Amino acid sequence: MAASDITLELKSEVEDLLNAYAQCIDDDELEKWPDFFTESCLYRIIPRENHEVGLPTAVMWCDSRGMLEDRVTALRHANVYQVQWYRHLLSNPRILSVDGDTINVQSNYAVFKTCNDGASTVFNVGRYVDVIVRDNGVLKFKERSAIFDTHKITTLMVIPI
Amino acid sequence: MSTTPEHLKWPKEAGCTAVPYSVFNNQEVYELEQEKIYNGNTWHFLAADAEIPDKGSFKSTYIGDTPVVVTRGHDEEVYAWVNRCAHRGAEVCRERHGKVEDGVFACVYHQWAYDAKGDLRGVPFQRGLAGKGGMPKDFDKKQHSLRKVRVVVFHGTVFGTFGDNTPDIEEYMGEDVTYHFKRLMHKPIEILGTTRQYIAGNWKFYSENTKDPYHASLLHLFHATFGLYRSSQKGASIVNNDFHSVLWASSGTESAEALDDMKKDKLRTLQTGEYELKDPSLLKGQQEFDDGITLVILSLFPSLVLQQIQNTLAFRQILPKGKDEFELVWTYFGYKDDTEELRNIRLKQFNLIGPGGLISMEDGESTELCHNAIIRDGKYTNVIQMDGKEPVGNDHLVTEGLIRGLWKGYQKLMAF
Repeated sequence: MAASDITLELKSEVEDLLNAYAQCIDDDELEKWPDFFTESCLYRIIPRENHEVGLPTAVMWCDSRGMLEDRVTALRHANVYQVQWYRHLLSNPRILSVDGDTINVQSNYAVFKTCNDGASTVFNVGRYVDVIVRDNGVLKFKERSAIFDTHKITTLMVIPI
Repeated sequence: MSTTPEHLKWPKEAGCTAVPYSVFNNQEVYELEQEKIYNGNTWHFLAADAEIPDKGSFKSTYIGDTPVVVTRGHDEEVYAWVNRCAHRGAEVCRERHGKVEDGVFACVYHQWAYDAKGDLRGVPFQRGLAGKGGMPKDFDKKQHSLRKVRVVVFHGTVFGTFGDNTPDIEEYMGEDVTYHFKRLMHKPIEILGTTRQYIAGNWKFYSENTKDPYHASLLHLFHATFGLYRSSQKGASIVNNDFHSVLWASSGTESAEALDDMKKDKLRTLQTGEYELKDPSLLKGQQEFDDGITLVILSLFPSLVLQQIQNTLAFRQILPKGKDEFELVWTYFGYKDDTEELRNIRLKQFNLIGPGGLISMEDGESTELCHNAIIRDGKYTNVIQMDGKEPVGNDHLVTEGLIRGLWKGYQKLMAF
């Protein structure tokens, strides 16, 4: 990779993707959430304690756009949980490498959860490790792993990170 | 052991069909439980054998709210002890799991050193420094071991007990629970990972939940909608020794008559076809047991649930954190001889279980729903009468008999 591959323009384009993704979830526009991924993709929410010792178990593990859509359908129509909203704070986005149209990116996140009682609590903190590709001119996630530090998941996790 | 105070005893008319809510919201009850149940003659899941594979391997866990470490000694035997230095009470082991190559567990505070068995091996400055200080001459290291936990390794699983009179593990489990335990643990397992769920409710609401097939098709809509499991499916509910139980079912075996009854009730359960999976590979499993059973919820009171749901296998460990909270530790596994294909099926189906499980996430929610609503009203009771009033199982899943068994056993143990 030549350093020149990581242009300011590319950085800003990647950051736009990361921000738009978080906003989509926080604004509860989850039906649009699968659109951030390529048709064949891998989305995982995995505890850091598993990831670090090479154990594969994840809290969510979707390997197709269809599975992402099924998550949303289940959340809207099948699963039972109390009203809740997420607020993502993103930081430290870094392009680690660029290989042709494939961009490897890492960033940090903190997700606050607010339920009907009005208290906002830190629900999940971790990092995203992403493989981003250009799909018909638009940047999309080919792989997105949310590797979380907060191994104590309060009550349940229904909305994607 | 302390005697149960009169004011905590249940009214005469109460019993296994009407339990007073005080058992969930009273601090005295919680303290008594830790003494009579967790420090009593009960077996507790500590680890899968595979979690401590080598000499020097260890894992930190709990019995009730007491921190315990389980280790494998250099003699290959498994040991467990309370994680509290005999000197001044500090935590000896500060990691969740790992391996000590030299087999030494040293407290960081004053470096008192113990072996895997929990025996005290070294005390710094025992004879003083340059003739000054030191422990008294009659100080005997043998008298200052860590508090030991009796362990048994049963079919790849390590159980521990504080009780002096805890029965043999198979006798403790009972015949059917033992059968189903051995069925799921019939060959060496491979650990696939852990997740931890923290639930703001009393731990016994979760115990009830895992003995309650009645709720499965009514609360867990995902399950029912896709025909993974319905109350009308072939299955059974079994009670052993009051508070241990097994629920099992085979999917795809429903009687037409039962299905008609469900249609008449217009339950939201029956929405088959309304939601279709865009990617049905999630449910594409393998029939890995000859008996056709696709669901087993084995509940071993008070701290373990061993489960098979489709091709997912997991230990769920229930760890009380006070009367209002508990942690649920999920340890996921497959078998050592799994094909890559089967392993991948398991990993994908883990979407169904755990804290984000499409068919299990509501169990945390239901626990909190109950806990939120019972504040103060300790003298009121619940109603546990589905399928009669006896604390017994049946040849179907439309029952609360297992929950009645739980409370019958609990009442005896607690002398309520």
